[in-house]
Amino acid sequence: MRRKITFAVLAVCFLSLAACSDDNNDSSTSEPASVKKTEAVNYQDKVNQDVKSFRAFYSNKFPNVELTEFKDGVYAIDQATREQWLEIEEFPPYELSIDEGQEFFEAPFANGKSYRDCFKNVDQGIRQNYPFFDSASQQVVTLELAINQCRENNAEPALEYGMGELAAISAYIANLSREKVFDIKVPTKEAYTAYMSGKQFFYSKRGQLNFSCADCHLKIAGSNLRADVLSPAIGHPTGMPVYRSNWGELGTIGHRYRECNKNVRSEPLAYQSEAYRNLEFYQTIMSNGLAVNGPSSRK
Amino acid sequence: MNLSRRKFFINFGKGAGYLALVASLPQMAWAKWNQKAFTATNLDAAIKAKYGELPIVDSKEVNLKAPAIAENGAVVPVKVKSSLADVKSISLFVKDNPSPLTTTLNLGKNSLADIQIRIRMGKTSEVIAIVESGGKLHRASQQVKVTIGGCGG
Amino acid sequence: MATKIKIKVKAKEKKGIVKAKLLVKHPMESGMRKDKAGQLIPIHHLKEVKVDYKGETVFHGEFGTGVSKDPFVAFAFKGTAGDKFTVDAVDSKGNTGNVEVKIK
Repeated sequence: MRRKITFAVLAVCFLSLAACSDDNNDSSTSEPASVKKTEAVNYQDKVNQDVKSFRAFYSNKFPNVELTEFKDGVYAIDQATREQWLEIEEFPPYELSIDEGQEFFEAPFANGKSYRDCFKNVDQGIRQNYPFFDSASQQVVTLELAINQCRENNAEPALEYGMGELAAISAYIANLSREKVFDIKVPTKEAYTAYMSGKQFFYSKRGQLNFSCADCHLKIAGSNLRADVLSPAIGHPTGMPVYRSNWGELGTIGHRYRECNKNVRSEPLAYQSEAYRNLEFYQTIMSNGLAVNGPSSRK
Repeated sequence: MNLSRRKFFINFGKGAGYLALVASLPQMAWAKWNQKAFTATNLDAAIKAKYGELPIVDSKEVNLKAPAIAENGAVVPVKVKSSLADVKSISLFVKDNPSPLTTTLNLGKNSLADIQIRIRMGKTSEVIAIVESGGKLHRASQQVKVTIGGCGG
Repeated sequence: MATKIKIKVKAKEKKGIVKAKLLVKHPMESGMRKDKAGQLIPIHHLKEVKVDYKGETVFHGEFGTGVSKDPFVAFAFKGTAGDKFTVDAVDSKGNTGNVEVKIK
């Protein structure tokens, strides 16, 4: 039993950047109870170790950037494009989407209820709580998924993911949550499994071009890919949803995942597929400590 | 009166009526949009269609601010300021765009020659600001590079 | 049926100068883009924006397809906080929009 646990711990560590230690050194006879106790503490600790290493990597790569500034993505590390971005931020196009999102959010459903009944604390800021691992349904719930769950629970047809009305509602909610700090938890084994699945996705090579998320956004973040400066992965989710000049409209993180996958000639997965939700879970946890600054505008 | 002459007078009457109507509209009414200038496909033709034979001079009193390398050709933030007196209008041309004239911003007498706009550029090109003041055209220009990105555009 | 053009305006006065910023929701179709079926999307762009203050036109913008989607324009004129001005827009399909703005 002990050997299996040690092997499991080491296997998990193999994928991790953090140095890890074998926590099961004691040879207690009441193994099940003590093992359970150490397991519950380990998951959050292991995740926190990962976050620490992740942050250290970017702090070393970009020593002049404060941790909290990484929420600005590529604009935290590239002065030339930052100037153009700041000009656009004086009156960014996503403001139109926030207004639209407010109208959608406040319009009642056919049954008389509204989004406010599902998202009771929206005015106090809730974006920073997503995505979370829902123990009831044993899956990662993203904000966009929660919006559609709210609709379905109120006999409304689901909205299309990626852009349009759903993105506008997400923008409205994010905007009310500006400056709230992400602190996503991984309390259980099941949550940790989802976290590790997202982490594995992040580090796995895919597509004809055989790139992983980590290749561009970790290893060579800050370098040029033709004329694009590669953004650091830390801070990726904070500004979502995003108005990309390329798109000429607002899109969700899921839309960007699909686009990035296509960029490396990898078949994009369906919106809100388990893999993407787990990836968003992992990415958001890696951005814990950073503040909500969505919706945002990008290239 | 034979048929063709009758037709001529009817059409003349219609034409005269239309011209009279347009002439009676206030100066800045919805009829200003210069179709010929906006659809001209080369820079010189666009400038001519817009301004006729007005003389053009390069001027240090026209300050054009645009990025050296545009982050995205779809949204290029541009600023134009001028210390010239009585600025009637400011136009922005992108030499290598399919239709070089992007915008003309007409100003009132109590307005400042200080504008910002976001324009589209199809590719690397000279961006030209023309300020109309005192019956002359004052020009400033700058090259703006538009690049191909690596991440989907 | 014509759709109303949405216009968002911010206007602040400082030392007698009003700095105004406009954001207009508009697809700004150049007429050169193709849809997924390979058909050309018809041209549809913002044409003119007129700003009137105290009986005078302080700004009259003419726009072509070289202006970015969701057009943004900023201009400045002499004015006073608390006053109002109107913004009227028309596009190439004849859609119009208008808004009254209070200067902050």
